[in-house]
Amino acid sequence: MHWIIVPVVLPALLAPLIGFVMRHDITLARVASVTGTTALLAVSIGLVGVATDGTTHLYKLGNWPAPFGIVLVLDRLSALMVLLTAILALIVLLHAIATGWDARGRHFHALFQFQLMGICGAFLTGDVFNLFVFFEVLLIASYGLMIHSGGRERMRAGLQYVVMNLAGSTLFLFALGTLYASTGTLNIADLAVRMTELPAEEAALARVAAILLMIVFAVKAALFPVQFWLPATYANAPAPVAALFAIMTKVGAYAILRVHTIAFGPGVPGTEGLTGTWLFPAAIATIAVGAFGVLGSRRLMPLIAFSVVGSMGTLLVAVAAFSPTATLAALYYMVHSTFAAASLFLIADLVVSQRSSDSLKPQPAILQNGLFATLFFAAAIGMAGMPPLSGFLGKLLVLDALRDPGVIGWAWTAILVGSLLTIVGFARAGSALFWKSTAITASEDPAEDGPPSDQIYTAKAGAAQVAPAAAGLTALAGLALFAGPVATYLEDTSIQLFDRAGYVAAVLETEKGD
Amino acid sequence: MEFVVASSIGVLTAGGVYLILRLRSFPVILGLALLSYAVNVFLFASGRLAVDLSPILSKYGDASYTDPLPQALVLTAIVISFGMTAVLVMIGLGAFFEAETDQIDITAQDETDPGASKETDA
Repeated sequence: MHWIIVPVVLPALLAPLIGFVMRHDITLARVASVTGTTALLAVSIGLVGVATDGTTHLYKLGNWPAPFGIVLVLDRLSALMVLLTAILALIVLLHAIATGWDARGRHFHALFQFQLMGICGAFLTGDVFNLFVFFEVLLIASYGLMIHSGGRERMRAGLQYVVMNLAGSTLFLFALGTLYASTGTLNIADLAVRMTELPAEEAALARVAAILLMIVFAVKAALFPVQFWLPATYANAPAPVAALFAIMTKVGAYAILRVHTIAFGPGVPGTEGLTGTWLFPAAIATIAVGAFGVLGSRRLMPLIAFSVVGSMGTLLVAVAAFSPTATLAALYYMVHSTFAAASLFLIADLVVSQRSSDSLKPQPAILQNGLFATLFFAAAIGMAGMPPLSGFLGKLLVLDALRDPGVIGWAWTAILVGSLLTIVGFARAGSALFWKSTAITASEDPAEDGPPSDQIYTAKAGAAQVAPAAAGLTALAGLALFAGPVATYLEDTSIQLFDRAGYVAAVLETEKGD
Repeated sequence: MEFVVASSIGVLTAGGVYLILRLRSFPVILGLALLSYAVNVFLFASGRLAVDLSPILSKYGDASYTDPLPQALVLTAIVISFGMTAVLVMIGLGAFFEAETDQIDITAQDETDPGASKETDA
């Protein structure tokens, strides 16, 4: 089964080829990049098919057995995440090509493929140190993508983003060192065995490591005390890149789910319940930060970025419960919020390309006001969690899973009030962007604002430009339409995730029940 | 030995944390470099400190050895942090030339900049 490593190797080989051989020919680079991403999509569909049978597949690099060698692990969860990455990547790539974003700076496609390599690797690896390495791969590519096409604000926001993540990487290494000192292994399955054997009174150092790791993943997932990098980064990144970054926050959530369920999860005497206790209040605060941010934003891009923060809060509230039902809800919401955030960024890019800025002040109506208004409100409905799109079902599942007396008050209040504030924020933004604009006639334009009217916003967005954003919305509709089959798959996924003994037995190749 | 290693990690970390809280990009970059040195020494120490021992398991089980895995981890960490520092310096330089200031924070005025011209017009 060499197919498991293909999502890592394919972009890794393609990226230098695009970067070195096709650097002067944008058409060739585009063709190669789209072909590669399409192939990645095909492979990831195949991998989901392989993983559906419920066995945990193992890929041993160099054929070394698990605790000694490096392994890639394919189960339902990692296959799902790779598929999600591939679909999102293709949508974003087509948008970037159709709108010409990829030609506004150099090496867009090479960095894009490196980013895909890092993300797929992070989803597939079965080793915490390799998780660190793949994090670095995806981060170093994201630094390049973040400052793609340059500009004053973007460079400064990019510098902040890099500094923040480098500090996060250092913390990751401290966590890994502590973990290795206390357990003597970094393989996730082996960690699960050692942690179970570790008596609770000797687990102090391991508890520190577990919380340090949680903080590191929380930086990626934009959890409350360490969420402040996200709005500035997403708001200043090129819009297609911000749309791709929608999956990067999910990498953090995935890492918490994977590592803290299997290594520090239920059944481990030293760390049982530890992560959830800290994660839950932080996630509630994240929802609040996101909701108030949406309400207070004066520009469109930060508004969407804050809605991403809010959705990460909702997702992590469900993750913090660490139970199969709540994880099912978290996974459904994760898939949904990835597409919702990406569609919003892509639509915002189309809207902003016909205006002078993304400020939420009424300006003369854009050319395709009706079309963009429809798209924007559809995506906003998805993000805010209103029926009929999948956001409603996602939030319903999350609420339904959080019925424990201890959490119901905080969780329901935060999610419901947060959703209300998000709806108000998006409605306000949408009416300023699309409805009030029609009141300003074009004839007032030269007198009202001088410089913008000199610029020409007559280029209508063609079908090719609108199609990727529409595809994202179609994914939301599809997710709602086929909620039954999707939920069945996700239910199997979360049951498999919580079968720690099964994971350990598959990775360490021991008999189950050892 | 333990005291020297522990205090050097402590001093490097303290210096690094102090420097990354500065407002200008050069001290921040230095701070991150110090932090990465600290973490390298820390990783090295995570395999227990042993002096004058080879990282090879002797075929006679009683001979002591030093853990080779943290050494491999440190090597990876050094390579990655070195590369990252180089990238950071380039991005820092780029930001300095674009913005003509090496202030690392985005001030409130900068954040509303794109809308500022509109505000006076409306």
